[in-house]
This record gives sequence, C-alpha cells and structure tokens, in this order.
Amino acid sequence: MSPQERTYQDPDINMETERYWEGSKNGQLLMKKCNACGKTHFYPRTICPVCSSSDTEWYEASGKGKIYSYSIMRRAKIPYVMAYVTLDEGVTMMTNIVESDFDDVKIGKAVEVTFRDTEGNQSLPVFRLCK
Amino acid sequence: MSRMSKAYIAGIYEHPTRKAVDKTIPQLHAEVAIGALKDAGLTKDDVDGYFCDGDAPGLGGMSMAEYMGLNITYTDTTETGGSSYVVHVGHAVEAIAAGKCNVALITLAGRPRAEGLTTLGARDRGGELPERGFEIPYAPVITNMYGMAAMRHMYEYGTTSEQLAWIKVAASHHAQHNEHALLRDVVTVEDVVNSPMISDPLHRLDCCVISDGGGALIVVSPEIAKSLGDRCVKVLGHGEAVKHLNGGRFDLTYTGAAKSGPIAFAEANLKPADMDYASIYDSFTITVLETIEDLGFCEKGQGGKFVSDGNLISGVGKLPFNTDGGGLCNNHPSNRGGMTKVIEAVRQLRGEAHPKVQVPDCTLALAHGTGGQISTRTGAGTVILGRNDA
Repeated sequence: MSPQERTYQDPDINMETERYWEGSKNGQLLMKKCNACGKTHFYPRTICPVCSSSDTEWYEASGKGKIYSYSIMRRAKIPYVMAYVTLDEGVTMMTNIVESDFDDVKIGKAVEVTFRDTEGNQSLPVFRLCK
Repeated sequence: MSRMSKAYIAGIYEHPTRKAVDKTIPQLHAEVAIGALKDAGLTKDDVDGYFCDGDAPGLGGMSMAEYMGLNITYTDTTETGGSSYVVHVGHAVEAIAAGKCNVALITLAGRPRAEGLTTLGARDRGGELPERGFEIPYAPVITNMYGMAAMRHMYEYGTTSEQLAWIKVAASHHAQHNEHALLRDVVTVEDVVNSPMISDPLHRLDCCVISDGGGALIVVSPEIAKSLGDRCVKVLGHGEAVKHLNGGRFDLTYTGAAKSGPIAFAEANLKPADMDYASIYDSFTITVLETIEDLGFCEKGQGGKFVSDGNLISGVGKLPFNTDGGGLCNNHPSNRGGMTKVIEAVRQLRGEAHPKVQVPDCTLALAHGTGGQISTRTGAGTVILGRNDA
C-alpha cells in the first residue's frame, strides 16, 4: 500500500451526469438502465448506446464487482492503482483501487465501492478489495 | 502477375530530426512535404489534394495549405490519432479513384520533446468530452492504460514479460543500423525485464520513444505513377475501424486491427501469410503483440510465442517487422507512429531499406496504425502494399 493517497481532480459534471455525482455525494453508485432494452450502460447517458432509446432511468448499483484489469502506476509521485472493475450489473468502469496492498491486487478479485472527496468537494467512487 | 491498384505511393519522407527546438510545427510540415515531393519527382504545384490530422495547426488543413502555398481542390483531415496517416492513404486512394484528386499530399509534424512532454501527464483534451468526468479523476495516463491491456492479455493467455520483451529486442536489432534512430543499442530480453517498472506490467523498455519531427507521403493516380517510374508502390487494400468502450462491455485483449485487417486483406485478395514484411504500430510492446494476433499472423493468444526467439528480426524470423527500429527505438514523431509505419513499408518494397535489414525480394507488405489508446478509444488503419510489379 502506498503510505499516502493522491488527491483527486474534480469530475466534469454536466446536465446529463449531475445525478450520478449527487448520488456519489450521498454514498450511492448510480447507474443508468434502459427501459426499452433492459441493459445497463456506462458511463451514464440520456440516450441508450445499445438501442438508442431515450427511456433511460437511474438506479442504485450494488457497488460490488470484480477487477477486470489493473496497472500500478509506480512512476507517479504517489503511486496508485488504475483499474477497470466489472460491476455485478454487468458493465465495466474505470476506477482506482484504494486501501489495498499493491501486492494483493489481482484480476478477478472481489471489490466494493467507497468514495473519496475531490479537490473541489465533489465525490468520486473508487473501489477497495473486499475483506 | 500484376495486381490492380487504384493509386500508388510515389513519395515518402521521414524528417531526420528527433528534437526540433529550432523549428516551428508549420515549418516541419513544409519540410516533410518538400522532402516527399522531391522523392516522388513532383513539386507542390502538382498537389491537388491535402491530408493532415486534427493536430495540425489551424482549422482542418486550411492553415497548412496556406502556409505551404498549396492550391487544392480536395482535403481530408480525418483524425484517428497515430493511425490517421494510414487511414489517409486509404482515403487518398478512394479520392483518386473517384477522380476527385490526382496528387495527394499527407503530412505529419510535431515537437513533443521540444515542448517538454512526459509520459506522466494525463491526456486531457478538455472540451465537451462526454467520458471526461468518468476517466480524468482516476488519472489515466498512456502507460497505465496500455498496462491494463497487457495485464489482461497475460491473465487470459499466459503471455509473459519475457515474450513482450522480444518485441523490443527485435526493434533494437533493426535500430542499430539506422543512423537517425533515437535508441541504437541492441538490447536483450534481460535488459527489458530488468529496466524500471513504469506501470505494471510495462517496463521502461516496453515503451516507445518520444520524438519530434514528422513525415510525409505522396499518393498519385496510376497515370501519374506510370510517368514517375518503378519506385512507385501499389496500394492493394485498406481497412479501418474504431473500437471503444461500448457502453461498458469491452475486451482489452484485442484492438481495432481485428476489423481493419480482414477488410484490408479482403480488398487486396491476400492473406497474412503472403506478407514479406510488416510495419506494426509499436507505441508499446503490447500494442504489437495484440495487433499481430488481430491481423491474423497467428491465433489469438499465441502472440507471445509468435514474437519470441527473434521471429520479428529481419533475416532471422518469419515476420520481419519495423526494420527502421520502429517507435520503440527509432522515431515516434508527435506521439503518432502511423506515418513512419507506411514510410518503412515503402522503403522495403522499393528495396531501399538499410541493406542489413532489407527483406530479399520484398514484394508484398503491410502497414498498420493504432491511434488513441487500446484501453479506451482506438482507431485502426491497415494498408496492404505491393511492389510496382506485384
């Protein structure tokens, strides 16, 4: 584990995504699901990228998933773990793995969501290994 | 037999600089354009089509056309990152076949070294990028993004760091003969795997160089090619593709080459085994390994075995690749390696590669470009080229 954790840049927030970031502030990982085709997509959009329907709605994801891949950025001033996590809901999202020894991070390991404040007091979903 | 070709590559030029502190980007564009036109035996007044990437100064190609004094009736500024120039070749061929232009100039120039670019900065293009909020806060940089592709490939197929290292070893064997190459020392598998870890599992020597400069290509109609002689090279096939994160359902073990390659081979009516030489985009060793599989030079997952034991070294292996030293050792101008991929393939087909790396009787060759990032959004471009008598 890195002795320090890096600071997180603010996300860009727009009218399509502000609900996601509000959810994050409330400790929720929100996803967008399409009522026409039933598929969850990521990142969240007003228009479903699978079937082009605009009948999409927010729901709270389980926050559980597995590491799809990762890379430990050792050359950074404060090293960190870049990762893709496949959520139980079936979509894979970019994230960082935190609170975990670098040596313990492996593809396929179970992870759960947690949240970090960003530089401008927004909130960012990140993941840690399940105990 | 003589294969049909809708257009020919008549001129090539790779800028010899690798650090351009004393030149502007427009000046570099003009220098490479003049170099390629001279190589073709043409002048700027012959050019009626101009192609550049979205990184060129100005709106599309207009400012560069003005700077260079071009009078054009056709322009295309398709932007697919480092693969743009391979895609431009395909688009130039189609434009020429449609009678829209006769002499197409394609240029690339940039100076990331002079401007102090490092590999640690996040690639942030700002603006209205819809994915930006969901990526930039996690600090994606080029090395950790390619690192994730390599990690997944290793997980699924048992690919090893030693196998990836062979790709750099092969590039270094070629670069030793290139007086302009940034890295000319021959390296071993041990050198690569013992170099500092940048972002697991990629070591420093798994990465390409950062360099300034650029290059240019001239694509001409068959009639003009006939008047210019037998150094003109046939464009036999072209394919392109965009691969992205697909709403959160994706696989990092393949690239856009899985689509662009078959399209190009089908148009050329050729197969991977027909290729005497291949220029494969090499931003990182993993880029080469995945692309070789995707293009069909071996089965998916067998890339590690395929690249080992010098199989990519000219005169040693079955698939001589990047005989200029590639982006891994020679040159990766403006962080966009597609241009130099086409240039070295043309040198091979003309018999003008360095004698130590020239493939004997090189008749058919492939050049492939990979743009953007294989772990997010990537543009692929493949061209199949043939010697004048192919």
